[in-house]
Amino acid sequence: MMSENNGVWVYSESYDLTLEMLGKGRELADQLKSQLTVVMIGHNVHGKAAELVKYGADKVYVVDNPSLERFQSDIYLSVLHDLAASQKPDIILIGSTKNGKPLAARLATRLEAGCVPDCYRLTVDEKGRLIGERITYGGNASARVAFNTKPQIATVPARAFDKPSIQDRHGQLVKLDAKTEPPRTEVVETKPLEASNVRIEEAEVIISCGRGLTKKEDRIMLDELASVLCGQVGCTRPLAEDRKWFTEWVGLSGHKVKPKLYIACGISGVIQHVAGIRDSKVIVAINKDPEAPIFEIADYGVVGDLYEMLPALKDALKKMLQ
Amino acid sequence: MSGLKRIIVCLKQAVDVSQLKVDAATRQLITAGAPKKISDFDKNALEEAVKIREKLGSVEIVTLTMSSEDPKIVLREALAMGADKAYVANDVGVQGIDTSGTAYVLAEGVKKIGEFDLILCGETSLDSFSGLVGSRIGELLKLPQITSVRKLSVEGDFVTAERVLEDASETVKAKMPALVTVTREINQPRIPSLMMIMKASKKEIVTWTLAELGIPKEKLSSKIEVIEALAPKTERKKVKMTGETVQEIAEKLAKALIQEGVVGR
Repeated sequence: MMSENNGVWVYSESYDLTLEMLGKGRELADQLKSQLTVVMIGHNVHGKAAELVKYGADKVYVVDNPSLERFQSDIYLSVLHDLAASQKPDIILIGSTKNGKPLAARLATRLEAGCVPDCYRLTVDEKGRLIGERITYGGNASARVAFNTKPQIATVPARAFDKPSIQDRHGQLVKLDAKTEPPRTEVVETKPLEASNVRIEEAEVIISCGRGLTKKEDRIMLDELASVLCGQVGCTRPLAEDRKWFTEWVGLSGHKVKPKLYIACGISGVIQHVAGIRDSKVIVAINKDPEAPIFEIADYGVVGDLYEMLPALKDALKKMLQ
Repeated sequence: MSGLKRIIVCLKQAVDVSQLKVDAATRQLITAGAPKKISDFDKNALEEAVKIREKLGSVEIVTLTMSSEDPKIVLREALAMGADKAYVANDVGVQGIDTSGTAYVLAEGVKKIGEFDLILCGETSLDSFSGLVGSRIGELLKLPQITSVRKLSVEGDFVTAERVLEDASETVKAKMPALVTVTREINQPRIPSLMMIMKASKKEIVTWTLAELGIPKEKLSSKIEVIEALAPKTERKKVKMTGETVQEIAEKLAKALIQEGVVGR
């Protein structure tokens, strides 16, 4: 039995997200004058584990085993649970991915702990309690949430925090064995998603359309403007889910984006969409309806027809940027 | 053939967020008296249950809800959509409890319902958008679970589901009994016909108090605490671009964007 290792723990099956959480985790651990620990689960991950120290970890638990090659919720959960139950961390940050969030929920349940999901800001209060901030009420509000019990489990969405820079520092690598029970679910097939729009979160400029776009083919106007601005094209949920013109959408239930420029074309601005674009630096709205709520959250508004405005804007920008 | 006999669909009575109002001065949400409805994602879960029954024949669909208010109007809609029976933990004691307590109440409800093959939940809820309760119920009941499912099929004793991850989709199989959480992509929930609505009024709604579920108060103590929930500040310029012609407006806008430093190099 190892001695207790309280302090801040970080886990994600996504390496990028692990690094992002390490930056924030380091801050929290310093404030609490405690240690920052990363749990790394997988196969042949020792090299990466050593790198995590340079990104800020004091200690890395490496659970490396051929049966852990890919994410498997039942097994990964029991590895994390056994570690956390014996070592009693104060805080566990878990990457809020499609696999990470259910993992956090189950871990919290197994440890009889609280969980605050999708925190885009994390701080500690004067009593040393973790405070998570998250969007709630369908985008209508941002809530500050504190924990009453430990461990304090928070999930963190991708790109909420910046990746820390590499430093020359030292830490401890601890190799651990895991007892692996047979999983109860079996992944029978994995397919990569179509490359289009997969990384819309990383786009610096997004031209997005809503119901104001009347034909699928007309997205070419958006594509043309996007190519002038080196941006990407996005859409609202109805265009993806109801009309099936796109496979993904921007919004609270889809991709949350924060580009330098978001151009909303024919988008009315329902709260769920707005919640997904609120962190954009500059928002432009083009809409025929002067009463459309999108104008309330736009820096620049044009009351007009996107079919006229988009080609004109493309020409104007092309000319001026040459 | 499938041996599937009963599906339990968990329904949240959620605040209709599209009708929420904000007090402009304090940025506080006005939640008192805000209308409630079945959380959208849970409607997809119910629709999927009905679709499974359409395919397999005799399957009983029951819904399970927790509410501190009168949930009957909301449950009538679920019954009209095709549920056979609705169960509700109806007790003022559930007001304001967190995801941990909610999952506990629902898991106890599942135990009281008895035998089942499949539990369906929405992957998250319309109002709080936490996305934790389904997985917490699965954990409490020690069930295999498949989350964020956009396609579902049942064959024999197995459920097979396609789920979407960040950069891939995967097909996952689990032996029933199992718990599945669904996305809004999975289907288009039906709008009940007048006939279905009339039929629903004869269906049974079973209510339980927490005492009847044998739930002691301390099991529901909140592990988290919302300090405040405020509407986000909107600090946007809100400049309306106007002009004589479309070209003139476009040029003004282009100039503004260049000045902002958000286009070009």
